[in-house]
Amino acid sequence: MAHTQDEILAGLAELVAEETGIPAGDVQLEKSFTDDLDIDSLSMMTIVVNAQDKFDVEIPDEAVGGLKTVKDAVDYISNAESAKA
Amino acid sequence: MSPISSRRGAEYARILATGSRRPDRVVTNEEICQVLDSSDQWIRERTGIITRRFAAPGETVVDLAVPAAQQAMERAGLAPSDIDAVIVATITHMISTPSAASLVAARIGAGKAVTFDLSTACAGFSHGVSVANDMIRGGSARHVLLIGVDRMTDVIDPADRGSAMIFGDGAGAAVIGPSDTPGIGPTIWGSDADQWEALYQTQSWTDYRDERDAGGTPPWPVLTMMGPKIFRWAVWEMAPVARKALEAAEVDVADLAAFIPHQANARIIDQMAKQLKIPDHVVVARDVIDAGNTTGGSIPLAMDRVVTEGQVPSGGLALLIGFGAGLSYSAQVVELP
Repeated sequence: MAHTQDEILAGLAELVAEETGIPAGDVQLEKSFTDDLDIDSLSMMTIVVNAQDKFDVEIPDEAVGGLKTVKDAVDYISNAESAKA
Repeated sequence: MSPISSRRGAEYARILATGSRRPDRVVTNEEICQVLDSSDQWIRERTGIITRRFAAPGETVVDLAVPAAQQAMERAGLAPSDIDAVIVATITHMISTPSAASLVAARIGAGKAVTFDLSTACAGFSHGVSVANDMIRGGSARHVLLIGVDRMTDVIDPADRGSAMIFGDGAGAAVIGPSDTPGIGPTIWGSDADQWEALYQTQSWTDYRDERDAGGTPPWPVLTMMGPKIFRWAVWEMAPVARKALEAAEVDVADLAAFIPHQANARIIDQMAKQLKIPDHVVVARDVIDAGNTTGGSIPLAMDRVVTEGQVPSGGLALLIGFGAGLSYSAQVVELP
């Protein structure tokens, strides 16, 4: 079943917290993964792979570079879920 | 007509001894950052590397390989004439022929041995363990001297933030010989060759020459890699390969004495250990911290260290996994000398 935007955000925030220690509450839609949250490329890849498992969607390597903000990732996951439905 | 006579080798094979050669010069992150736009902290956070070794000018992979080989032979109690085959795993032997293995064999006094090189980059040593095992059990050699060596400083761009801080130079060797009991488990190996563009040399030597001869000033061919892509592949594609090697050897992860993955980057090693649920009592080789990524030298250097420093008991089981350019990979469980 497709998740709401809030559910995806909450799930993603959990994964970010688990990988980086950043409080989940700081993971907000407008935040940039690199500039605001200071997440490096390897941690980002870890978060992406874990998000794939959590939401049961495919996020290929080529797509990761386009996920600049938390909203980009939430939208990507949401669209990938819709495409599967 | 009589059939061709078959030949059988030893029932099993094992690693009899290891050796190493670490170049003398220790290179700090601060020194790397004299050319690279980076910092000690940035390098440590992304790679775990604090120092690496650089070979001296003119010190070739053959020069590095010879003392490592001699140390392994001495520890195995074997003379050069006992060595039936010399295999060198390298990607930085900078002449096409003769092979590095021939030059090493000639230098160590094993000039009648079978000699050839393996070009599978960071999987070179673990590929070589498989080849040596099969040669010994197949009867085509009794003692194989396997050396993993690279002089990565010849093929990296010191200003590339994607690779310059990672690599180092060094050689590790193993003598592999016959055994009455299984000392090398089945190898799980293969490639993801359709992803070769994740890690490759930027230009061929002939393209370099042609561009220079045409009056251009081509950059020296170097390695380039897509770090995050390799990280993803190395952890989440290679952990299942490592699991299969354990299954094939019928060894539980808790029964390992050591996990010795290719020393690519401490972040890869840590994440891989997490994926494999390596228990705390298993030694996880982290030679990368002060050796950098030495490509072909990486696994044998790390293995030699855990053995010679007494981190693991002789006869303990180690899971090896090599992975890298190609993209090639191989994994097996071995009994440590």
